[in-house]
Amino acid sequence: MKSLIHRQRKPADAFAAVILWVMAMAVSFVFVWIVFSIVAGGLSSISREFLTKPPEFSGRSGGISTVLVSTAVILMICLGAAVPLGIATALFLSEFTGNDEWFGRLVRRSLDVLAGVPSIVFGLFGSVFFCRVLGMGYSLIAGGLTLACMVLPIFIRSAEAGLRAVPEEYRSTAAALGISRRAVIFRLILPAAVPGLISGLILSLGRAAAETAALLYTSGYVDRMPESVFDSGRSLTVHIYDLAMNVPGGNSHAYGSALVLVVLLLIINGAATWIGEHGLRRRLIRS
Amino acid sequence: MKFETYSSSRESCCDREACAPVLSASDLSLFYGRKAAFRGVNLDIHEGCITALVGPSGCGKSSFLQSLNRLTDLIPACRIEGTVTCCGKDIHEPATDLIALRRRVGLIFQKPSPLPFSIRRNLDFPLREHGFTDRGEREAKMESALRDVCLWDEVKERLDSPATSLSGGQQQRLCIARALALEPQVLLLDEPCSALDPISSGAVEDLIADLRNRFTVVVVTHNLAQARRIADDVAFFWVKENAGRLIEHGPAEAIFSDPENELTRAYIAGLRG
Repeated sequence: MKSLIHRQRKPADAFAAVILWVMAMAVSFVFVWIVFSIVAGGLSSISREFLTKPPEFSGRSGGISTVLVSTAVILMICLGAAVPLGIATALFLSEFTGNDEWFGRLVRRSLDVLAGVPSIVFGLFGSVFFCRVLGMGYSLIAGGLTLACMVLPIFIRSAEAGLRAVPEEYRSTAAALGISRRAVIFRLILPAAVPGLISGLILSLGRAAAETAALLYTSGYVDRMPESVFDSGRSLTVHIYDLAMNVPGGNSHAYGSALVLVVLLLIINGAATWIGEHGLRRRLIRS
Repeated sequence: MKFETYSSSRESCCDREACAPVLSASDLSLFYGRKAAFRGVNLDIHEGCITALVGPSGCGKSSFLQSLNRLTDLIPACRIEGTVTCCGKDIHEPATDLIALRRRVGLIFQKPSPLPFSIRRNLDFPLREHGFTDRGEREAKMESALRDVCLWDEVKERLDSPATSLSGGQQQRLCIARALALEPQVLLLDEPCSALDPISSGAVEDLIADLRNRFTVVVVTHNLAQARRIADDVAFFWVKENAGRLIEHGPAEAIFSDPENELTRAYIAGLRG
């Protein structure tokens, strides 16, 4: 028996192990390199003024305050539209249609196709539909709504997965107690699905905050402080793109903006996780 | 006329003549897709009695139980033929208030099914949804239901801890208390002891016996000894022609001492099933 367990490793096994190690190292290296270069290039431009002053000379100097405000407004509009619509659709898919009913299948299939559409196509759609047809022009609201269209498929599918992960037992138990469908959904299933909903939200927010192409056509480039949601405004990603591609001498501030964006995404991620774990715990006790 | 059944020596007042049956199934069949779970069942459930449904696995006992408060509605592709009346009213009428029906006819699952709330909220939530707006009233009902199942002393110090932290037997008693708090007329129990250890199982069985006369109880059980101990009426199911059938039913004593059907006799003697 001992010889079976302790028999010598075959060379092929060792070779495979080395290959896998190298692959994993390569992936980690790419990640470390990106973070390192952003921190190294951006840390020098980070200061209080950078966060609180508007850009000057097309962003070569000054700060990014107006850009941060525009980004926040765009993201809030995006979430304000995507979250209620997304949760309602996910509820419909998980609670009101079976897995193989034709309408549910149609909706799911369309969402999967939409999730694979390149963001620039969403940008073109947004610039035609929101900017022209609905007459919003280049504006924060057009950008936010375009992003909402873009993240909806991801958000809905992950929210649906979260809702379906709620044990079927809860539904039958509640039904056996004569509890109304409405109460089952709002007081039991939705709270129980919060972890899934939060992870869907993080995915969507991450994708929205990282989006550039769709915003170029819809919310525009203007780097002034927006006065209303119908003003054009520049998001962080568009600012980075513009500084890196169109503004000679804008590199250090492009790095600085990228660092801010990365930190922002980490904060959003952490906050959402914290809310999911603690803020909503009072409503529901998991074992 | 009072039936002198085995259990009537323990103060049963199972009066089959004086009152109309609480629940009555006539020519009831249930299909999952094309497969029949059971066919042509005629059975009356008498008020205040404990009716035990016995028989081998897969003979449609649980499906029959769930069809009595239309919980089978939750299963896609499930179809019912025949009628069930609850206090004289057909429960499959379109006008049936399902919420009221399920409050009147409660059901306990085989596996203890606490909701992912605290012990308190497990009882509080259904009460509030059924319109008990007064907090004090809900608290009182909760305490009396937990006392009914002898759980109060065990949990009164930790009502706000998760219901899932209780043991299996405690969870099952909590589920029974949760149903009792709604003051149902009929309690359907689907093998309530089979997922429990012998001691918890004994506690739950005693509890069911205590519910006699206060509630009408229908209990599915695989345990013939248990049926013999607690049942007033027994209904025996068996699989025939690929579908569950009700072979024989009647007072427990008659079924256990002198069954009419050969199958019943063999099953009770432990020769089959």
